Amino acid sequence: MKLQTLSEVNIERAARRPVIVITDTANGDQRLVKAKDIATDPLRAELSKQLRMGKSGMIEAAGKKLFLNVYAPTARLVIVGAVHISQALAPLARSLDYDVTVVDPRTAFASPERFPDVPLIAEWPDVALPPLNVDHYTAFVAVTHDPKIDDPALLHAFARDCFYIGALGSRKTHAKRAERLKAQGASDADIARIHAPIGLNIGAVSPSEIAVSIMAEITAELRLPKENVKEQAA
Amino acid sequence: MLNRDEDILQAAEAWQKAGHGVALATVVETWGSAPRPAGSSLVINDDGTFLGSVSGGCVEGAVVTEALDVIASGQPKMLEFGVADETAWNVGLSCGGTIRVFVEKVGQS
Repeated sequence: MKLQTLSEVNIERAARRPVIVITDTANGDQRLVKAKDIATDPLRAELSKQLRMGKSGMIEAAGKKLFLNVYAPTARLVIVGAVHISQALAPLARSLDYDVTVVDPRTAFASPERFPDVPLIAEWPDVALPPLNVDHYTAFVAVTHDPKIDDPALLHAFARDCFYIGALGSRKTHAKRAERLKAQGASDADIARIHAPIGLNIGAVSPSEIAVSIMAEITAELRLPKENVKEQAA
Repeated sequence: MLNRDEDILQAAEAWQKAGHGVALATVVETWGSAPRPAGSSLVINDDGTFLGSVSGGCVEGAVVTEALDVIASGQPKMLEFGVADETAWNVGLSCGGTIRVFVEKVGQS
């Protein structure tokens, strides 16, 4: 791999933009395709397919065996609510290679003592969230139990393409939340994107167990083929 | 701490810029039960220092040895490991799968 290609891959990844490196495995010839150039590439069909699946693999094109190495951005988890569950969720998500950010305007909750080494933003969602550039490679959870904080956070998530949205609360709490969000302009499709009650049903009780159930659900959403997610996660 | 792909590629760039010979080994194909998916990579420098993995640790030693050859020659190589391989008893994949690993030098023109 040329040093320039490697540098460009590293720059794109730092900016959280997907990039694909195409290698002719017979002779090592290589080229790099940035996400924005895929639509005009001769291999656009294959490139978009691999990127959509987030998988690298071999293809054959014009008699050549080509390896498409898909470098998707590192998955990220935005946690709204610096609560007890989040103290278990943040380190668990980091051990699963997620970049984690915790947002909570309540400084008594969002303290470095409670969240050592985790990026913390002690601001309201309307200030904290826009600069985070929540994207397709982001999982978003709202766990404060406080509508003043969770509701605007969820409205922000609806406007973004994040791959997972979860919100803490019983079915009853969630039904009330759905009414409030719809009154603020959310659609039925938006509401349907929320995983609530949050997490896979594994009978979780303690904050750590709830964290496991949340990360299991996020993993299923990230990794299972789309048609299987609901059925497997049910 | 586990090395993420990002860290691995950043190390590759940093090592190369620091004057090291560097090779990148990437899983390009897998059959059957393979420990790491296509795209998993390992970066090696001419000290024999490496980061990342292409298997669960079963074939890394052999990949590092081959990578040192690739650093010396500059010629990319395709390696295959699996139960069908006669070296399987030495460096095969105990899980029964087969993987192909592409090894290339970093910084070739």
